Formats: sequence, C-alpha cells, structure tokens
Amino acid sequence: MDLLNALVAFLNFVFIPAASYGAQLAVGALGVTLIFGILRFSNFAWGDTMAFGTMVVILFTWLFQSLGVSIAPLPTALLALPFSIVVTSVLLLGTDQVVYRFYRKQRAKPIILVIVSAGVMFVMNGLVRIIIGTEEQNFADGGRFLISAGDFKAWTGLAEGLAIKGTTAVTMVTALLTMVALFWFLQKTRTGKSMRAFSDNEDLALLSGINPDRVVQVTWVIAAALAVIAGTLYGLDKSFRPFIYFSLLLPIFAAAVVGGLGSPMGAVAGGFVVAFSEIVVTYAWKKVITYVVPQSWAPDSLMQLLSTDYKFAVSFSILIIVLLFMPNGLFNKGK
Amino acid sequence: MNTRAIYLFAGVGMLYVLTGVLLSWNVSLNILILGLLSAIMALGVNMQWGYAGLFSTGIVGSIALGGLAVVFVSGNPVPEAFAAGGWQAIFGLVVAVAGIAAAVAAWTYMAPGRLRNLVVAAILIGGFFLYRGIFDPAVERIEAFDPATHGNVGGFGLNSIWAWPVGGLFAAVAAWAIGKIALGLREDYLAIATLGIAEIVITAIKSEDWMSRGVKNLVGLPRPWPVPYEVDMQADPGFLAFCTNWGLNPITTSTLSVKGIYIVMFAIVLGVLIWLLQRALNSPWGRMMRAIRDNEVSAAAMGKDVKRQHLIIFILGAAVVGMSGAMYVSMLGQLVPGEYTPLRFTFLIWIMVIVGGSGNNWGSVLGGLLVGWLWLIVDNAGPLIMSAATAGLADGALKSHLVDVAPQLRLLTLGVALLLVLRFSPRGLLPEK
Repeated sequence: MDLLNALVAFLNFVFIPAASYGAQLAVGALGVTLIFGILRFSNFAWGDTMAFGTMVVILFTWLFQSLGVSIAPLPTALLALPFSIVVTSVLLLGTDQVVYRFYRKQRAKPIILVIVSAGVMFVMNGLVRIIIGTEEQNFADGGRFLISAGDFKAWTGLAEGLAIKGTTAVTMVTALLTMVALFWFLQKTRTGKSMRAFSDNEDLALLSGINPDRVVQVTWVIAAALAVIAGTLYGLDKSFRPFIYFSLLLPIFAAAVVGGLGSPMGAVAGGFVVAFSEIVVTYAWKKVITYVVPQSWAPDSLMQLLSTDYKFAVSFSILIIVLLFMPNGLFNKGK
Repeated sequence: MNTRAIYLFAGVGMLYVLTGVLLSWNVSLNILILGLLSAIMALGVNMQWGYAGLFSTGIVGSIALGGLAVVFVSGNPVPEAFAAGGWQAIFGLVVAVAGIAAAVAAWTYMAPGRLRNLVVAAILIGGFFLYRGIFDPAVERIEAFDPATHGNVGGFGLNSIWAWPVGGLFAAVAAWAIGKIALGLREDYLAIATLGIAEIVITAIKSEDWMSRGVKNLVGLPRPWPVPYEVDMQADPGFLAFCTNWGLNPITTSTLSVKGIYIVMFAIVLGVLIWLLQRALNSPWGRMMRAIRDNEVSAAAMGKDVKRQHLIIFILGAAVVGMSGAMYVSMLGQLVPGEYTPLRFTFLIWIMVIVGGSGNNWGSVLGGLLVGWLWLIVDNAGPLIMSAATAGLADGALKSHLVDVAPQLRLLTLGVALLLVLRFSPRGLLPEK
C-alpha cells in the first residue's frame, strides 16, 4: 500500500508535471532546432515569438468568448490556434523579408544574425507589451480536471491523490499530434525532404535544384506554428506573462543543444531530458521517501537537492555538460 | 576625435541641455549620471565585442555581482548573524570550491576512462552533499537572526568607494570561471551559456537571503566618499550662508550639487578608463587583439595564444562592467535584485555599443549617453507625450491603455533603431578607424 502511495505521489508530483513541461519544451525546442538547421543561427527572439503567438491566441480566445463560441470541455484557445498561426506566420515571414533576408544574401556570420535576432526580440517584446500590456493573463477555460485528486482517492482508497489537469491532457495530446505531423512532413513530403537536404548540405541541395527561398519560407511558417503551439500550451498550463517567455529561452536552448542543434528527434528527447532533470532535482522528495523507507528512517529535511528558484541552474548545467563533453548532442553521433 | 564625433557629442549634449531647460535640471542630471554609468558598461562590453569579437549575453550578471560587492564591502556589519554562522558558511563555500577544483584536477590528471568518470562524479556528488551539510545549517542560523531588519550576514561597513574595485574583482572572478568553461565553444553557444550564467547569478542574489536579503532588498548602503547627504548640507550653516549670499534655493542647490559631484566622479572614472583603453588599443597588445578578432586562424599561426587572449579580454571587460555595477548600487544606496533584467542591463547595453560603433571607445561613450537618454527620458516624458498625442481621443479603455503602455514604446523604438543601424550603418555612429 505504501509503495503504491509512493508511486502515486511520484506520478502526481514528478512524472506528470515533468511530462507536460517536457512536451512544451520539446515543441519549443523543435522550432529552435529547425531554425538553426535551415537558417543556421540561434534565434534569441524565439521566446518573444512564442509570447507574440500566445498573445494572438488570447486575443482570439477573448473574441470567441464574447461571441459565445465554445468547444467545452476543451479550452477555447485550441480553436484560436489556427488563427494565431496564420497571424504569427505573417509576422515571421514579414520579419524575414525585412530583416533576415538581407543578411542571408550577404552570407553574414551566424553571430551577426544572433545580434539581429536580439533586435527582433526587442521589437516583438515591445509589440506584445504594447498590445496586451504587462499584466498576467489567465485564458485557460474548459474542464479543470480530467481526474481530480479527490475522485482518485475515493476510487482507490489510497492516501495520495493523482490529479490530471485538463491542461495537462491537452498539452500531451496536442504536442503528440504536432510532433507526429512534423515528423511525417519532414520524412514523407517533398518539401520536408528538401528541407532536410538543405539542412544537411546547403550547397548540394542548391545544386540539385532546391529553391532556397521556398525552403526558408516553409521553415518560418512551421516555426510560427511551433512557437504558437508551444507558447499556448505553456500559457494554458501556467499563465501568460510577457516577460516570462523570455526566460524560457534557456531551457529551450538547453533542450535543443542536448539533442544536437539541427536534429528534430534530439530536440524532442532534449525537451524531456531537461524537464525531467529540472523537476527531479528541484522536487522535495520527503513525501515519496517517507512512504518507501521504514518509519524510523523517515527523513526530517525536505530532501530537496536544489530549491525551485534554481531550476535554470539545472538547464544550464545540462547545457554546459553537453557542450563540453558531447558538443554534437546526445543523438547526433559521428556528425 | 574627428569633426563628426564632435558634432555628434555636441548633439547629444544638446539633448541633455534641452531636457534641463524644458523638463527640469534634476531629471537631466539624473539621466546624465545613469548615462555615464551606461557609458562605462558599454566600454566594458566594447572591450569584449569590439576588441575581441566575443558575444556575451551575461552583462547583467556582471553588473549584479558588482552591486553585490557593495553589500559586502559597505553593508552594516551584523556581528550577531556573523557569529551565528558566518565562518561556517564561508567554510562551506570553501569546501564547494575545493570540491570543484578537485574534480577539475581529477579530470585533467587522470587517464581517460571509466575510472576517471566515476572518480569525478563521486567527487562532485560527495562534495555537493558535504557542502550542503556544512552550508545549510549555517545559513539557517544567519537568516534566523532578526529577519525583519537583517537576516543577512552583514558587510564590513567600509566606505562604498572601496566597493568599486571589489565589484570589478567579483565580476572578474566570475568571468574567469565562465570563460574557462565557455570560451572554447562556438560563438553562439557562448551567447547561450553566458545568458544562463547571468540568470543563475540573478537567481542567487534574489533567493540567497543571507547575502543581501534577496527580494526584501538591502537598503541604507552608504554613499561613496566624498558625496554628502542633502539633509546634512541643508543643515550646514556655511552652505546656507552661501545660498543666501548668492540668492539660491538651498534645497535645489543641494540636490543639484550632489548630482554634480556624482557626475564629476563618474566622469573621472570614465576619463581614466578611456585614456587607458585608447593607450591599450594603440599598443602592440591592441593590434594583436584586433588581429585575433579579424582572423583567428592567422593570428594563431603567428604564434598568438588565441584562447588565452580571449580569456584575458573577457575578464577585463567583465571587470569594467562589474565596477560600474558597484558604482550604480553605491549611488542608489540599495540593492534591488528585481531590477536586474537581461533586457535592461544586457541587451540595452548591447544596443549602446552597436549604435555607438563597435570597436570604438568614443562610440561606446556616445552610445551610452544617447541610448541611455532615450531609454530614461521615456520614463519622465513618455506619459506626457502620450497624453498629448491621445488628447483628441475620447476618454475610455483604449486611451488609458495607450497611456499605460507608453513606456513600452521604447522597446519597440530601440529594437527598430538597432535593426536600422545593423542594416544601414553596421559600423555604428562613430565607426572604428
């Protein structure tokens, strides 16, 4: 019984939150890795792209709510996703035309593009703050819980409850669908194959008649979709604040680097690696351990390796360890 | 300095004069103080980027570490708290550093293989628990002492001008550590890694209450020598007699003269730095740095130790930035960790360097004064201008929203400014010769 309780507590406080956060990071890291693979720079504006996309989702959610359109028990934000993807794609394609294209034609060094993307970050951040303000926005409507802790306890008679939030379920299913769609696109369609070819060897791809402008445009559209989805899932799960998205940059970069920049499969794995390490290291294990060990051994302290304030230190350490010892990432051997 | 530079500096000077005449001299001098500080920060960043081509996004970390130095050097001593756990906390930190050093030594001197991995992992994990075991109880006791007003370990209570070099030292040590780790990496990895280090430094300052009371803010840090307090000046009969003699308002005169003293002090620091940097830039060392920046491979082929030189310039740049961070906190008289955001203290400084002209020290100063003015004037004049611009609109949600978000316009404006400079004048307002 105690072992079961320990397992349920572990699932409830570690596994499910980590899986949900990992899925959000994975979708975000896919965008970073795709931009890195095709456009060959680390996009510092990525966090604010996500914030912009999420903001548009929130605006459409408000519109639908005022019109009385609802897809309960699913959150209205899901309905708003496609509209936001269109708007964000237009923004990213416009940015590419006005800003990035010039440096691409010049074949500027990647670091110049990084600095340029910091400029884009300022502009996007300003846009978001001007349009929606700086306050926190909570836009998660729809069902609160798939399984609530109380119900679970009543069914099973265990002391520990297992809660699955509606947003967790939405995150997992949406992220899975997104990844399946993306991998299908990259593996099976002509455009997807040309993107992979372009990423592997630009010159060879150009020689074989791939149109680079088209590849770049498709990349931005997909990146927009990923930014909107990742940002919205995160915002539904936690909440939306314009400046919080900037700080997501670090775990997302860490996820992309862990998997090997430019490798989509690696980005997904990296997202989960970062999320699980973060939560395992910052979770207070006292509860779980008390169930497992005999009573006299029960710990007094919280059994927490690092306080939750330091969660960024975890992503950072993973990033540094991977960069120093496996510079090509965990899943990019021999490249 | 050529004619172009003189015109540009005169133009920026006019901005400050106009602010003084139209708004108030207090505001103008305030902005000038922060502009001078920004110029020093920009000089430090320019050393890293302009001399060596290193793109670091951890500027805010150096600035915050400099501020932390003021807390330790000039904070009021709290002997009870220190007696409760000060030495033990220091010992804990020494253990942590020794553990990391032992792990690095094991990694360097042992033959590669499974044994080495196991030993290094064992040292790190064992060291971590040992450190926590020593450090945590000490911190608990320090924070337990009078948490409403203290709860921190206290400082040396020295004059805060001593904190300036110490701030530089703090930032330099941190830069040495991060440089050792990250300088060998590709340039955009360096950017990501430094972003992470800065984030950790800020988190530590926010949540380690024993150092600086974290987000509860540490107030009441003394001013640097020789800056007087306005209240003391106004109580000084000699000063009052001077004011009546010249027909001046004692309150305005005292606030303006305090600001004037800060401006002179900061300007002296800036002047000395520029002099040193110009000499360095035109010395064989400066030529070597530029050679490395422009072509690492050929510089290495000429026998220059590229990695070592990168590390040196990275540390020196961070030290300059850290010193300015200490100057900033000693002037404010308090450490407010919430203020240290990457947008304000990393990317804004970058905009100053690039708009001013990377590689040119005078350009960084110009960028600091100009962009600093732009950023801060919005605080004071932004709502006024937005109210004027929206005067025609009917009162309502839209109007109040527009007035509320007026300060955010500066993000947009500065982002656009950076993009325009990068596109049309990538070498900045004052290009490197």
